[in-house]
Amino acid sequence: MADPMKIRAQMKGDVCEVRVLMSHPMETGQRKDNDGKTVPAHHIQTMTVALNGKTVVSGQIAGSVSRNPVFGFKVKGAKAGDKVAVSWKDNKGDSRTDETTVA
Amino acid sequence: MDLLRRTVLKGAGASGVLAGLLAAGVLKPTLAYANDWNKAAFEAKDFDVALKAVGGDGAATNAALVMKAPEIAENGAVVPVDVTSNIPNTTSIAILTKKNPFPLSSQFEFANGAVGDVSVRLKVAETSAIVAIAKADGKVYSAQKEVKVTVGGCGG
Repeated sequence: MADPMKIRAQMKGDVCEVRVLMSHPMETGQRKDNDGKTVPAHHIQTMTVALNGKTVVSGQIAGSVSRNPVFGFKVKGAKAGDKVAVSWKDNKGDSRTDETTVA
Repeated sequence: MDLLRRTVLKGAGASGVLAGLLAAGVLKPTLAYANDWNKAAFEAKDFDVALKAVGGDGAATNAALVMKAPEIAENGAVVPVDVTSNIPNTTSIAILTKKNPFPLSSQFEFANGAVGDVSVRLKVAETSAIVAIAKADGKVYSAQKEVKVTVGGCGG
């Protein structure tokens, strides 16, 4: 199981800013290690952000997103106390879901 | 004029066009579901193929689609890119790096109040244009910015 994500959801005016930091190696499958062997691809493929159980953002990402990816999104119609859940799934079938409340 | 020969030629021409379309990813053999990884698009090595796979060919530039990225990125492994679409009803944003081994880096779909605004950090292999494709009301818009990379972010 991967490390927990860090999620921050904050109201800025009428827009909720969601920032997520995922802990993931994001190997592209292109890199070679010190012995010259190719490091196999291991990266997040799909992710979703849900507000009170409703999907607001669904994303597909490739290995060309940086290691320990950081994403920022903006959602309208949220209010303090709402639940924001973020989940991801990688190409090895590993997944993780974490939750926070809007501040 | 030999009629049979003409028909054969015509048939060959048509199938040639079809093969070309398939290769370009216009006719996708498999349906892309909303949250299934679009393998064909992500594994496309050619920028134009990847662009077509996300439906970004023939996109119009629009000043309301704004991309923020550093002009010079010292570290290609972490290049912050912000894409903000001020176009109403933006439903999706895709980000591609023209000269990366696999150009398509990410694609996001927005619903239920999410604004067409996304910030990511990308790996950029070499100095390249970064292209954002936004879809709104069935129309496609693009914005791009050149990012100079001094140390590449892919490979070694």
